[in-house]
Formats: sequence, C-alpha cells, structure tokens
Amino acid sequence: MSTAPARDSHVNFAYLDEHTKRMIRRAILKAVCIPGYQVAFGSREMPLPYGWGTGGIQVTAALLGPRDVLKVIDQGSDDTVNAVNIRRFFQRTAGVEVTTRTQRADVIQTRHRIPETPLREGQIIVYQVPVPEPMQRLEPREAETRKLHGLAEYGLMHVKLYEDIARLGHIATTYDYPVLVNDRYVMAPSPIPKFDNPKMHMNPALQIFGAGREKRIYAVPPYTPVESLAFEDHPFSVQKWDHPCALCGATDSFLDEVITDDRGTRMFVCSDSDYCNTRQERRQNEAVPDKENIHADA
Amino acid sequence: MQMHDAAEPLLRVRGLRRLYGRRVAIDEVSFDLWPGEVLAVVGESGSGKTTLLHSIAGHHAPDAGSVSFNAREHGHVDLYSMPEGRRRALARTDLGFVHQNAADGLRMNVSAGANVVERLMSLGQHNYGNLRAQAAEWLERVEIDPLRMDDTPLTFSGGMRQRLQIARNLITLPRLMFLDEPTSGLDVSVQARLLDLLRQLTRQLGLAAVLVTHDLAVARLLAHRMIVMQKGRVVESGLTDQVLDDPEHAYSQLLVSSVLPT
Amino acid sequence: MSSPVLQIENLGKRFTLHHQQRAQLPVLDDVNLSVRAGECVVIDGASGAGKSTLLKLVYANYRPTSGRVVLYPGTSQELDLAKAPERTLLAARRDVIGYVSQFLRAIPRVPALDVVAEPLMEGSTGGEAAAAAREEAGRWLERLRIPSRLWQLPPATFSGGEQQRVNIARSMIKPRPILLLDEPTASLDAANSRTVVELVHEARERGAAIVGVFHDPEIAAAVATRRVAVSQFGRNA
Repeated sequence: MSTAPARDSHVNFAYLDEHTKRMIRRAILKAVCIPGYQVAFGSREMPLPYGWGTGGIQVTAALLGPRDVLKVIDQGSDDTVNAVNIRRFFQRTAGVEVTTRTQRADVIQTRHRIPETPLREGQIIVYQVPVPEPMQRLEPREAETRKLHGLAEYGLMHVKLYEDIARLGHIATTYDYPVLVNDRYVMAPSPIPKFDNPKMHMNPALQIFGAGREKRIYAVPPYTPVESLAFEDHPFSVQKWDHPCALCGATDSFLDEVITDDRGTRMFVCSDSDYCNTRQERRQNEAVPDKENIHADA
Repeated sequence: MQMHDAAEPLLRVRGLRRLYGRRVAIDEVSFDLWPGEVLAVVGESGSGKTTLLHSIAGHHAPDAGSVSFNAREHGHVDLYSMPEGRRRALARTDLGFVHQNAADGLRMNVSAGANVVERLMSLGQHNYGNLRAQAAEWLERVEIDPLRMDDTPLTFSGGMRQRLQIARNLITLPRLMFLDEPTSGLDVSVQARLLDLLRQLTRQLGLAAVLVTHDLAVARLLAHRMIVMQKGRVVESGLTDQVLDDPEHAYSQLLVSSVLPT
Repeated sequence: MSSPVLQIENLGKRFTLHHQQRAQLPVLDDVNLSVRAGECVVIDGASGAGKSTLLKLVYANYRPTSGRVVLYPGTSQELDLAKAPERTLLAARRDVIGYVSQFLRAIPRVPALDVVAEPLMEGSTGGEAAAAAREEAGRWLERLRIPSRLWQLPPATFSGGEQQRVNIARSMIKPRPILLLDEPTASLDAANSRTVVELVHEARERGAAIVGVFHDPEIAAAVATRRVAVSQFGRNA
C-alpha cells in the first residue's frame, strides 16, 4: 500500500468551511427527523464535477471528526478510481484514518452498493445519489412532485411498476428500486442493486443520502422500516446467482460477472471486495489453524 | 336517471366571481346541478366559460362566491374550504375532468392501460392482474380495442385519445364530470362517435356533467340544460331546447341564429 | 266531471327579435283552455296562427310572455310550468307530458329500435329491462309498418315518412297522462295515418288528455272529442 498523502494545511478540516458544515448538518438533522424526505441544501462547488459524488462528499465532510475512521467504496470495491480518489481527498483535507474493513469504519461513503457485512449502531453510511426524485422520469416538474410527496399521492410510482410489468412481464427495475420509508415517504435509494434494498430495512446504522447536483439530502435513521414497492401479485424479489463466488465461495453476496478471456470465459466474484477478502482469509486460516490467526481479522 | 329522487343538488354554485388582475373573467354566476343532469355552458371565446369550468372543478379558487359539492362520503362540502389534499382526492374519486386537448388530461408517455387504472392505483389497488382486467373492461366500454392497452396515447388518433381520457376519468364512477370542448378539433364522424358514447355513458351511469362547448348541436344532443355566457355573466338559462328554440336574450338570439344550416 | 289535467290560463306569447330592431312578433294572446283525462282536443286555425306555438308552450319548449300553463290544477301535484325549476320540468316531460313533434331529431349512430326503446330504458340499468324495452319497441315499429331490416339502422337515412313513424313510436311508447301531437300524420300515407288514429283512440281510452294539431280534416274529425279554434283568443273553454 502506498504511503498516505499528507494533510494539506492550506485547507480547512475536510475542505468545507465551518459555516457550510453547519448548514449541511442542519439539513441532515431535518432529514433524519423526516425519514425519506428530501431536504434542499446549499450544495457547494467541489473540486470535482457533478456526477462524481459531490453530494456524498459534502455529507461526509460535514460529519467527519478527526478521530473518525473512513471507508470509501465504489461498486463495492475500495480500489476503483472513484473510491481511491475520494479516500485520498479526505486523507489530504482531513488527515483521518482510512480502512477497507467495513467493521472498523465509523463513516462509510459508498457509490452503488451497501456492504455485505452487516452494519452496527454508531456507524454512518453515506450514499452518493445522482437523481434523488423517484418520480422524476414520469413527472419532471419539481413543483408537482413536491406536492405529490407532501400529499402522499404515490399512484405514479405504481404506474411506473405497472409499465415495467406490462412491457417486460416483470418489474424490470433492478437498481435504484423505489422504497417506502417509515410508511410515509417514497424514496430513491440511489443506484444500489435491488439486492441491497432489504439491507436498508431496520438497519442499526444511520443512512444518509447526498445529491450534489440536485442539491438534496435525505436520510433513514436507525431501525426505520423500509419497504420496496411492489404489486400483490408481483412481489418484490432479489437477484439470485447459480454460482457461488469463485474466490471465496460466498452464496449470499452480490456477484459481479468478470470476463476472463476472449472466448467469453466468465467467472462470478463478490462485488464487495472487503467481504470477499475477509472470507478468503478466513478460509486460508481454517486450512492452517494457528492461534495467531484468531487475531488476523482485527 | 334518478332526477328528482335526490333531496339535495349535487353541485351548488353561488355568486362565483373570478378576476385576472383587474379584468373580470366571471361574475355573479349561480346555479344548482342535480344528479343525472347535463348542463351546457355556451358562449363565445372570452365569455368566461372555461374559467367557470375550472373554478367549479376545484382547479382554481374564485375571488368571491362558493362551490359546494355533495360528496359520496362526506356529504355537502365547500370545495375550497377543504385542504388541498382532500380536494385532490375528491377529484380522483367523485369528479372527472375531460380536457379539450387530450394530452393535458393523459400521461402521453405511459401506456393506455396505465392511464386508465392510475386512479385505482392511487386509491391503493395493488393487484396487477385485477388492474389489467379493469383496464380492458373500460377500454372496451369506450370502444378502444383492449389489445392496444400497452400502447401509449402517442400512437392514438385524436378521437381515441379523447375516449381514453373518458375511461381514465370514469373508472372510479365519479358522480360529476366536467368536459371542456370534448369534441373540438375532431372530424365530424369521430365527433358523432364520441357524442354517442358520452350520451350512453351519462345515461347508464346516471352522471351529472357540466359541458363547455361553442357547438350548439353538441349542446342540443347531450345537455338537458343550458346557460349562455357573455362577458363573464350568465345572460340566459333554461332547458336546452328552451334556449335554442326560444332564446330571449339578444346575445342568445345572435348565437342561435349564427349557426350554419346543414 | 273530473277535474282538468291541463289548464291554460290567459296564455300569451310574443317574440322579441332583438336583431331586427327589436321587432315584436305577437303569436298568441289570452288563450284559455282546460283539458280533462280522456279528451282529445283538436286545435284548428290558419297556418301561422300559433297552433304549434301553443303545443310548444304546453311542452315548456317555449316560455309564455303572459298567463300560465298548469298541470293538475287544484290538486297537491299542481305544477305551474313557467315557475317550475328545470329539474321538475325534465321530470314532467319524462313522466307526464308526451310530445310528438313534427320532425324527428335524429341522433347519429343510434339504431331506430333503440331510439324508440329509450324512453322505457330510463332509470333502469338492468339488461332485462333493456331487452323488454326493445321488444316493446319492436311491436310499435311493426305496427307502424317499419320493416325489421331497418330496425338496426340509424333513422337519419330513412325517408321522411319512416322518420316520422319512428318519432311517433318513440314519443308514444311510454304512456303518459298528457299527450301533445303536432301534425303527426303530415308525411304519412293513408294506412299509417289510420294506424295513428287507432293509437290516439287507445291513448284516449287509457285516460290520456290529448291536445293535437292535424292538417288533414278527416283525421282531425276521427280523433277529436272537442275542437277549439286558436283564432278565438280568449273565447274558448
């Protein structure tokens, strides 16, 4: 692992000025008080373009404290360009300790996945959101969608699901699958696969969603009911694979399909790299039991 | 039609007035409408008839006067004293609105079937199979081939779009429909079909309706009663055949005599 | 002597033509007439004297300038047509006053059988009621010699005489206490005119109060129990 970048002292802790952080925290508090409700906030210019996680970064920046441990993942992996850059950004601007271990993190910023390892009380997971409005495709007028949310008029959401079934025989949405939060607000959970939707339900951790371009923050406080929308005769179901993970043997995680040669040979591996690596280590340790290895996961 | 069985009017409009800035769009409009009655509102463009329609349909609060509706569940309610959510909910169950331009009353990028059953889904019906069966039934009732259920209205003709609008509104069996020039822009034969459908459905369902039209032949065919508007005021009212055959007001006489003979 | 079913008191009608320099067109003045159940009153008079106008005033198609038209005067069901609210007039037309106009107003697309059956189908939604109504309509059309091959066609394409027979059937199929006839046989041949005379007799026998205008003096004589000349303003009973 390369050496951690040095803390850049020309920049305030976590890049944003303290006033901005207070503004964002107020928005977060409001969001936590009204689970699933989109709170407008004064999204700032960040040193990366819209579409690269500016919303998530602003939320993390507002929440991070000097003793917090940060994990950043993108599509489940700690090693993709996006994750690496955001992690370095916070190392430079906040100097916080970083980790790849889900269990060790206080704050997890994520794009497009929820970690397989169950989260615990006291952890915060920050989601990067491109389009916070679940009805946007069908109703582009914000004045109208605000009214619909305010009056809990969600017929339009079922129109979308109906259309899927009519067109494709099943609900085709496989990511950013809309959910009903705390029996009140319908929310876009960000482009996580629907496989991850059940993890949001009654999760002990605090879940916060940030959309930088659209300037919205919303939240699901710990232990909040989150239900995926469906029809009685087309109930919500998650993806399943025929194979276990080729690297760690997991049968309960979200698998990525990897093409390994020109002839189309493929293998399925866990998308969550930390989960996969942890399982692989455990398997190796089981093969060579040793009292030192009890502490290998720490 | 259970016309004099009801003890109370379905719709009671009193002293309605609306201004656009300082211009008076409608003034002193009052009438009652009873279950099963179709009331035509006629007048030239600018007479205020469309403004009146939107005011009584709950779309826009008047500047003076009241609109009260005898709702199925709640009895007599003042349409504008209730919170907006309730008014919108009422508009989805007890009322219907057919726009002049079908695109204003439909979701053009969503299938015909979804257009028809959207209201039911809003009311909490979440069984796909049932919804689809109801969509098919209502499409047939408005003479649209149920096989076109999964097509969007973008592929429909003007007449089909209007009939789809009607199905979308009638599926919750509203008691009162508002129609804004429903046949304008349609070919004569298409108009005839639509009018026949409206005639049948209003009778079968015992619907009351307020119909804005500039076409007196449409009024004669569909409406029991008629009011004539000029410059925002009602200048004459009566049974449709009374106003058309024995117009008393100067403006009514002008309207009636201006119709080209066929 | 039974009390009158229909009473016309001092009835006057004057048209004001606002766009012809407010020209006044007086048609009727001070007409008085009482009609009892079982009577058939034939209105006589020159063309343009106001015979049709009188019928239209009774049907509330026209509104009186002076005087009144009253149904069931002196009873608990007394109804002054000029003062009645619209819904009451509509109910009266549905249940009390039938009117055979001079011309059929053809509704596009509706088959002749349904045109005739409609008055019997109002108020009921059951398929059985509709079937029974159509059966009765068929009997009327047959009686008026409309061939069954025409029954599923909209009357707009029929001849004048055929249209008028559909009109008669439609207006008479539901028995009502008052019946108004405005030149019902004008476009009919002898055989159909005789059928109409029979129908009027049957209506009288069941107790209808009938007022009619007939252009054919023989028909008029065959149906009338009483004759009134419209030119005798105010001097008839």
